Amino acid sequence: MKIALFATCIVDAMYPRVAQATVQILERLGHKVVFPAGQACCGQMHLNSGYFREALPVVENHVRAFEAGFDSGDYDVAVAPSGSCVASVKHQHAMVARWALERGEKRADPTLEARAEAVGERTYELSQLLTDVLGVTDAAAQLGSYLPGTITYHPSCHGMRLLRLGDRPLSLLRTVEALDVVALPEADQCCGFGGTFSIKNADVSSAMLADKVANICGTGAGACAGGDVSCLMHIGGGLSREGRTTTAGTPVRTVHLAEVLASTHENPLRFDGELALAGGAR
Amino acid sequence: MSARDEILARVREALAPAEVGSPAAEVGSGGAEVGPGYRTASGLDEDALVELLVDRLLDYRARVEVVTSDGLAEAIRTRLEGKRFVAPDGLPTSWLHPSLAEGRVTDSREAPVDVVRLDELDAVVTSSAVSIAETGTIVLDGSPDQGRRAISLVPDHHVCVVPVQTIVGIVPEGFARLDPTRPLTLISGPSATSDIELERVEGVHGPRTLDVIIAR
Amino acid sequence: MSTVNLGLPRFPSGGPPRGFGNISATEPFPKAAHRELGNAQLRANLGHATHTIRDKRLRVVSELPDWEALREAGSAIKTEAMTRLPELLTQFEEQFTARGGTVHWARDAAEANRIVEELIRATGETEVVKVKSMATQEIGLNEYLDERGIAAFETDLAELIVQLGHDKPSHILVPAIHKNRTEIRDIFLEEMPDVDPELTDEPRRLAMAARAHLRKKFLSAKVAISGANFGIAETGTLGVVESEGNGRMCLTLPETLITVMGIEKVLPRAQDLEVFMQLLPRSSTGERMNPYTSLWTGATPGDGPQNVHVVLLDNGRTRALADQHGRSALHCIRCSACMNVCPVYERTGGHAYGSTYPGPIGAILSPLLTGVEAEENSSLPYASSLCGACFDACPVKINIPEILVYLRGEDVSGGTTGRRRRSLPSQMDLALGAASWALSSGDRLGLLEKGLPVARALAGRDEKISRLPGLGAGWTQSRDVPAPPSESFRNWWRKREKEAEKGTHE
Repeated sequence: MKIALFATCIVDAMYPRVAQATVQILERLGHKVVFPAGQACCGQMHLNSGYFREALPVVENHVRAFEAGFDSGDYDVAVAPSGSCVASVKHQHAMVARWALERGEKRADPTLEARAEAVGERTYELSQLLTDVLGVTDAAAQLGSYLPGTITYHPSCHGMRLLRLGDRPLSLLRTVEALDVVALPEADQCCGFGGTFSIKNADVSSAMLADKVANICGTGAGACAGGDVSCLMHIGGGLSREGRTTTAGTPVRTVHLAEVLASTHENPLRFDGELALAGGAR
Repeated sequence: MSARDEILARVREALAPAEVGSPAAEVGSGGAEVGPGYRTASGLDEDALVELLVDRLLDYRARVEVVTSDGLAEAIRTRLEGKRFVAPDGLPTSWLHPSLAEGRVTDSREAPVDVVRLDELDAVVTSSAVSIAETGTIVLDGSPDQGRRAISLVPDHHVCVVPVQTIVGIVPEGFARLDPTRPLTLISGPSATSDIELERVEGVHGPRTLDVIIAR
Repeated sequence: MSTVNLGLPRFPSGGPPRGFGNISATEPFPKAAHRELGNAQLRANLGHATHTIRDKRLRVVSELPDWEALREAGSAIKTEAMTRLPELLTQFEEQFTARGGTVHWARDAAEANRIVEELIRATGETEVVKVKSMATQEIGLNEYLDERGIAAFETDLAELIVQLGHDKPSHILVPAIHKNRTEIRDIFLEEMPDVDPELTDEPRRLAMAARAHLRKKFLSAKVAISGANFGIAETGTLGVVESEGNGRMCLTLPETLITVMGIEKVLPRAQDLEVFMQLLPRSSTGERMNPYTSLWTGATPGDGPQNVHVVLLDNGRTRALADQHGRSALHCIRCSACMNVCPVYERTGGHAYGSTYPGPIGAILSPLLTGVEAEENSSLPYASSLCGACFDACPVKINIPEILVYLRGEDVSGGTTGRRRRSLPSQMDLALGAASWALSSGDRLGLLEKGLPVARALAGRDEKISRLPGLGAGWTQSRDVPAPPSESFRNWWRKREKEAEKGTHE
């Protein structure tokens, strides 16, 4: 299968290792990965903050960047290592196209709604693609996933409630060789990120974060995995600020599901110190 | 313009003309052809209904006893012997043992017992119109064997008879048997509150003891 | 967000007028939240209470195999009721009147208060007992009557706690949720004249103290005031759902009963109760059924109040109704499930929202009732991380996150005028404007990413940024920013592709 990678802006600029890990996983399964060069961002931050007008060019760009490859057969599906970005592509893009039209915006494009829907329908979140489309049921056997250590998992809200990912990510984690997955108390509670909420209501966001950090550290896990880099940056930023460490004295980290699945015997992800996957994709 | 006319005009203005009166009824509870989508019958037999109702009432910390209709008068007698109690005038006379005559005060719409007097009584005994097993709910509808709403409210101990044929399985079956224009009281256990730290405490202003006798 | 649609204004006149009363924030939410977050006791009380009720709700909801079908039905009935509102209201009026009741209409809070006052005056009484009612909280009835020499006694335990404590409700179901048992005992010891000085903080003892305190009031009251959970158009029936029996006392013993009900509470058919009487108790107190529900239709000769009134209240409801994107907020049945599951409410409590309606539903309902352009409520739609727990819990499936986002859009773009409210752009406007430019082209983003090594160098040797200026200061208040990578994924990919190409050519 030919798969377009939507890296998402934050992974592209801040966490390239997450996109690299995604590429590794998909290539290990024998699929061809394409990176549509025009891509930038899904526009979720603008949309959720009420900046519909400013979101419009971002959404237009995303649709333009991905639709051509679908039409030409360069790829069959698109995947992003982010539940919230996929939720935005699937649920919000057509909406903002409609908004622009009905509001008589200068940039309004009568074709955008249908085009956005077409792209949204073929866009998957990583655990969704792996489980539902690519048939991964055993990460160790099918991906060679190996990671010695203890990990917990935070299900980000948009993946959980807008995409209904259910136990897909956890099922994948549980089949990683040598990995001990421990349950996170109050897992379904929001971490407090919420995009610009983290800035506009910084006090409430910080209070939510403090509880999430306490719950993570209470598990004794060396890292907290997740499927949304933005939430992980927020949680990781809190762990770092509080200087949280494991009983062994190493910092408690956040790590993306893709990084865990990409970890192998030959090239294991390390929880302590540098988290980057040496070597990159092959 | 009167407030009435103005508010109605606002409502009409608020709803785009095309939307007013759109027949969304089919998707509502009255959906004739499609059906409502939720359960409308439980399919439970009498034994199962009684068992479920008893379980739910006990969960609310009501007292419950199941008796045969022959044993009903005796069951009521053991609860009310030596007590002053009110009974509605339509309560079947066969339910009240002659030994209870002394403590009985009779109430009716025509000759209502004063509320202060009701407050001095120990108990009330009534029948009931419908009971819903799944939710442990007993409904009084003001029929002559259930009386005015005040009598089942003010005394602290409510002895309530549930004739077995009035038990249904689930909420829609219950409402189907009721006339909404009668004064209805749905009772699910003794009065309770969850206002202190969301913890349920039984017994506030309504009767603190709910004593249910299921007669089959 | 699938239904958001912002057409041109349909109201040349500016639409139905806004509501007034206790439906506005008194200060911006972040400021109020900051203060409330500082109260450790409050947070402990709220955390305990919301977690208790969440678990109870989950347990009884998961018992019903048809819960989702019931939610669908509840949502459909409410949608139908809204679209048929003119017809249903007049039908309700006809039926209620035919069965011996009197219907009054109130355009806003002030008119409703005036009507209630006149009805009380006509009885010659100066004391009334009250059943907990959101509508009368909304219009500020108690304060209004108090100023005019009429004492209104709240009889719901939590409302009593709030009233005795000279406090404000912070939750729509459990108005004293912010108080724990010890605080409640202290209020009772201080404010109840005949209370046992040995009163402990055991909930049962506290409930008994309330029983004793209110008993005489109930038995002597001539006038009662209530709200209503439902009004049935088909029959003119009103319903109150309660637990303690204070509702039954008020609805049964007095001679005069005055009910204040929002016009959106009307349901088409009596049969609809079979849906809402399953949805409401399980969603609100987490019980299979609440202890008591009273249904009455006008006056019943010889049983209960003979002088029966209902005041149908608009107070901004038609304004909310006119907003086709926010309209479904009027479907709310006041169960409080959304606030019980809300991570923001759990930490700030209800007072931070200012309005009678706190939590997620309040964050949309309050601005819709006052009009979204009302400055005082403009911070409420942002009081959410959009986690979506409220939507999942809502028994009538109000898509609260979607309406929050819609209202943010109205705030940013100045509502239906399409003009921004603020004359000067805010820091957020500037930041997101610039981000829009950068993020609407792969080339532009790629160009900016060339600066990553510089940013990485700025982070220094500990590879984190702990203090940012401007908007970023909100972020670094509690979180570090990791050092950026030395190159973007885009850059890495380009190099990899080039190498691969070289490989195939060699």
